Amino acid sequence: MKLVCPAGNLPSLKAAVDNGADAVYIGFRDSTNARHFAGLNFTNAQIEKGLQYARDHQVKVFVAINTYPYPSDFTHWQNAVDRAAGLGVDALILADIGVMDYARERWPELNLHLSVQSSSTSHEAIRFYAEQFGIRRAVIPRVLSLKQVATLIEHSTVPIEVFGFGSLCVMVEGRCFLSSYVTGQGPNNFGACSPASFVRWQETDRGLETRLNGVLIDQVGKGENAGYPTVCKGRFEVMGKTGYAIEAPTSLNTLPILPELLRIGAAAIKIEGRQRSPAYVKTVTRIMREAIDACKADPENYTPKQEWMTQLAALSEGLQTTLGAYERTWQ
Amino acid sequence: MTAETTIHKARKRLSLGPVLYYWPEDQLRRFYDMVAESAVDIVYLGETVCSKRRPLNSEGWLEVADMLTGAGKEVVLSGLSLIEAASELATLKNICANGRYRVEANDMAAVQMLAGKSGFIAGTTLNIYNTHTLEKLARLGVERWVMPVEQSRDILSEFRQQMESSMEIEVFTWGRLPLAYSARCYTARNHCLPKDDCQLRCLDDPDGMLLRTREDDSFLVLNGIQTQSALTQNLVHELNNPDIDIFRISPQSQHTGKIIKVFHECLTGQQDIDQAAVVLESFMPTGPCNGYWYGEAGMLAGCSAS
Repeated sequence: MKLVCPAGNLPSLKAAVDNGADAVYIGFRDSTNARHFAGLNFTNAQIEKGLQYARDHQVKVFVAINTYPYPSDFTHWQNAVDRAAGLGVDALILADIGVMDYARERWPELNLHLSVQSSSTSHEAIRFYAEQFGIRRAVIPRVLSLKQVATLIEHSTVPIEVFGFGSLCVMVEGRCFLSSYVTGQGPNNFGACSPASFVRWQETDRGLETRLNGVLIDQVGKGENAGYPTVCKGRFEVMGKTGYAIEAPTSLNTLPILPELLRIGAAAIKIEGRQRSPAYVKTVTRIMREAIDACKADPENYTPKQEWMTQLAALSEGLQTTLGAYERTWQ
Repeated sequence: MTAETTIHKARKRLSLGPVLYYWPEDQLRRFYDMVAESAVDIVYLGETVCSKRRPLNSEGWLEVADMLTGAGKEVVLSGLSLIEAASELATLKNICANGRYRVEANDMAAVQMLAGKSGFIAGTTLNIYNTHTLEKLARLGVERWVMPVEQSRDILSEFRQQMESSMEIEVFTWGRLPLAYSARCYTARNHCLPKDDCQLRCLDDPDGMLLRTREDDSFLVLNGIQTQSALTQNLVHELNNPDIDIFRISPQSQHTGKIIKVFHECLTGQQDIDQAAVVLESFMPTGPCNGYWYGEAGMLAGCSAS
């Protein structure tokens, strides 16, 4: 079970490599990837440095080109594929069928991974991409229970990468328009959820209000944590009750189920968070590395250390973690 | 708008999308009896949101399909949008292998089952954002494409300019917009029930549960594992748009027959579109949103004149 870690910049890439990542995933500095934030991501020169650093430490580098180009933008995504291929990266993480078709035709030797943004939740969906484009790994959305993940892995001809830690998408990835409904820009068409330019924080008599393009997402009192205003983690009124109608701010943490993920044959475990700091990448990578090694050494007697759980919770949304859909009661 | 109120192309058709809510069997059958008498040309049938909803079994759906076919409708069977359980794949396989009706694929699992075997429809939840993708799927058998709701008329126009193969294009023309799908059931959550013991509470809300902001704005609708816009998209002003072949009306518990009638009268030049728009607004549960169509945030009113 390989550990795949996020890097939004060179210091994060080095932090991931230094702390035990088997692979690091990165993106170009534009809307071709799903963490299209100002100041984030890599220029060619930075990628070359990062690649060298990773190679020197036998760590692989994947490039995410996992948003969906509109017809008039398609050549830009083709160029991104060419650019990644030219740099000699270890794999491309792709979501769009057209882009995959191009990559397969133009660079037949290139290692293609299926992005979580493709919303592939079954072995039949994954088989489509395997037969058509020869993908060699698929990253699956955070919607399946542990048992369903096991069934999928059992039937899949392609190795499966699962999410292990990080901000939790509550909706199936690649099929969530909540951000674009409110702002016009979302993960599929822009590469970002709740883009910062639409976010407003405002102190009022009623407390701190967080708004997304004018829509009141949350309002917190003194001493309460104000989360980043994604629609799915706001407080709203349903049937006369106000609360987290969709999900509370929380992050996914799979440390408690690592032995099961190992047993069912997950090929890799992914950490979310290219938008996070090098300190985040360092801590999460180190803990996940320790945990995976401990789990592999003695799966029967593995239990997550309390200090790991505490440190991960401190880096989580709302300072709390969940097993998310892996656990049926969450659903 | 006034100069364009006459509809020129006779081949333009009206479709009725799958019922996205959970209605009891008798209500559903009465609804399709009404549809049989209505002016829609194409009817999409089946459960696309939650496999725990079984208002009809597969034979029941085929009965309705046959009844509608007898009434002169083109029937398409729609598959589930989010596939999680092995049983859902098995149901999807049966739908894809039905042998009589074309299928609307709403997940790539269905595309895999149908590819190269028969002509099929690419539903609105497939991520088709460019002509390279659509041409690839056309080579595998896609004959009709229902555009994702977040795409605009300008994007559609780019598709039409770039497409080499002929492709029927259908647009989500009327209804609350499907925006997201999840493992979690929000209807159950808001009834404080676990999904595995949801008691089929979706039956309580024939148009989903309204979610408001704390400033009392109608914002979203929770429909089991699906989230929709609270506001209704209405593209009646696009009935002249040469890029669109089929106009989809998404069913709601009230007024669907009247909505079909208004659209049909506009398509056949019997009703003025500007006047129709006023009538249609009274059929919206909470108000209009056309932002996506004009390349803006989906929730915005957008511009009503093309």
